[in-house]
Amino acid sequence: MENKFVQAPFEVDQHITAHSNYFAGKMGSKFYVALRDSKEILGVRCKTCSKVLWPPRETCGRCFSLLTEDDLVKIGPGGSVVSFTRVHYSEPIHPDVDAPLVYAVIQLDGADSGMTHLIGGVDPEQIEIGMRVTPVFIENRNGNILDIVYFKPE
Amino acid sequence: MSDRVAIVGVAQTRFSPKRADANVAELAYEVIEKVLNDTGLSIEKDIDNTISCSHDIWDGQTISNIGITDVAGGHLRTEEKMAMDGSTAAYYGAVGILSGEYECTLLLAHTKMSQTNRHIVNNDAFEPIYSRQLGLDFTSAGALQARRFMHAHGLSREDFARVVMKNLGNAMANPLACRFGYYGLDDVLSAPMEADPLTAMDAAPDVDGAVAMIVASESKAKKITDTPVWIQGLGSCYDDYFLGDRDLAECMALEKAAAQAYKMAGISNPVKDLDLIELSDEFSYQELLWLEGLGVCKPGEGARLTESGFTSREGELPVNPSGGVLSGVPANVMGLNRVAEAALQLMGKAGERQVKDAKRAVAQGHTGFCGQHQCVIVLGNQ
Ligand SMILES: [Zn+2]
Repeated sequence: MENKFVQAPFEVDQHITAHSNYFAGKMGSKFYVALRDSKEILGVRCKTCSKVLWPPRETCGRCFSLLTEDDLVKIGPGGSVVSFTRVHYSEPIHPDVDAPLVYAVIQLDGADSGMTHLIGGVDPEQIEIGMRVTPVFIENRNGNILDIVYFKPE
Repeated sequence: MSDRVAIVGVAQTRFSPKRADANVAELAYEVIEKVLNDTGLSIEKDIDNTISCSHDIWDGQTISNIGITDVAGGHLRTEEKMAMDGSTAAYYGAVGILSGEYECTLLLAHTKMSQTNRHIVNNDAFEPIYSRQLGLDFTSAGALQARRFMHAHGLSREDFARVVMKNLGNAMANPLACRFGYYGLDDVLSAPMEADPLTAMDAAPDVDGAVAMIVASESKAKKITDTPVWIQGLGSCYDDYFLGDRDLAECMALEKAAAQAYKMAGISNPVKDLDLIELSDEFSYQELLWLEGLGVCKPGEGARLTESGFTSREGELPVNPSGGVLSGVPANVMGLNRVAEAALQLMGKAGERQVKDAKRAVAQGHTGFCGQHQCVIVLGNQ
């Protein structure tokens, strides 16, 4: 007996979740404790390259020098906008801030590399490259990059 | 040891928003079966190595190539996976043959972007300590690069829009393309803004698809085909990882990768020595930036080349005569699709999108946000 029917493509619904605790590294640990406890932003100086890098790291990628905790330096907190974008879509990965979400690369004072973060507290249409900004810290800081809520105009 | 390596066969799926009728292994099998049939090769007797490119999260399992081992000839044999871009599969496939270890290698790239959310997948490319929580993805990072690039050279959204218009117009002649059409400046400029300055039309759409290719040693290649396409130059280079560590308006990694590939291929003047370029325009601005990295023009001058028609299919140096990635090629597949399109041109098998008298081409692929890793492959039919 023939019993032909067309099976619609079947999709298996999945959701991957994993709670994770990633070690911030020796330099990252210092960075986050300083951010959480003192609202300070740390970078690291490579003496060989005469450059201050953010985020602080244990190896200079340019000259391969080993960097140590003695090379940590305070940078910022002010800086200037190197580039920015206003994001008009929303995704569950986005921090809980009003649309449009504004990302920027910010060159903090005393650093030679930029920090990628958010801009807020300003009409998004008024943002421009070169604008001076300063961080706004959250009250209850627990040691992550969102302890800085965003950077706002100075 | 083999002196030369040739591409002897290419097979590609049509690229479409959702291939509900095929899972990743079935999609891979479609192109593998076709390239084997076209070349008359046997996977058991002729293929001695397989290199694939796919993505763990899009495919839904770690070491995602495990999901295609059987259809790729990996069962009880050697098979390796490249992460993120298919151009590196071509790179390492060629290196394996040049080393003398292998004679005939199957290359494969496949992704079904429809299976999950592109921005969430790409957010996982950002390291977890300083970046991921910000919610960045490739589009928002690309927009940061696009704005910096505009600022450095006084470019406008119109300059990027002209790349979209050219490539989607080229895609009219490409039966595999997903997005195509003759658009005006206003169509692109008024498309929904995603992350300014980039609209939905400035970004490659989500599509499903696969590409397979066979590369072989010189002696083997000459037995397989009358139209071998020789891999004449290879280059690969990484830039800094953190966006703030590099000047986003520049592409030093591509300059270095291109320099390696050009040196190997004996190219001193890319504009004179090349007949066409297939590059990975995941976003419109990238075509202009990568043209600088490939040594086609001075910084900031790519926009003028596009506007003047220099890079059109009938122009002096056609760029993305296929329609490029903007016409719809999946992540991970886009670099191998560039190599495949360049090879088809040099075989004289590019159909309506054929560039006349093409003898030498360059294919470029990149991996990561803002083109952190760059791969350049020079091809020739002489
Ligand atoms: Zn250094």
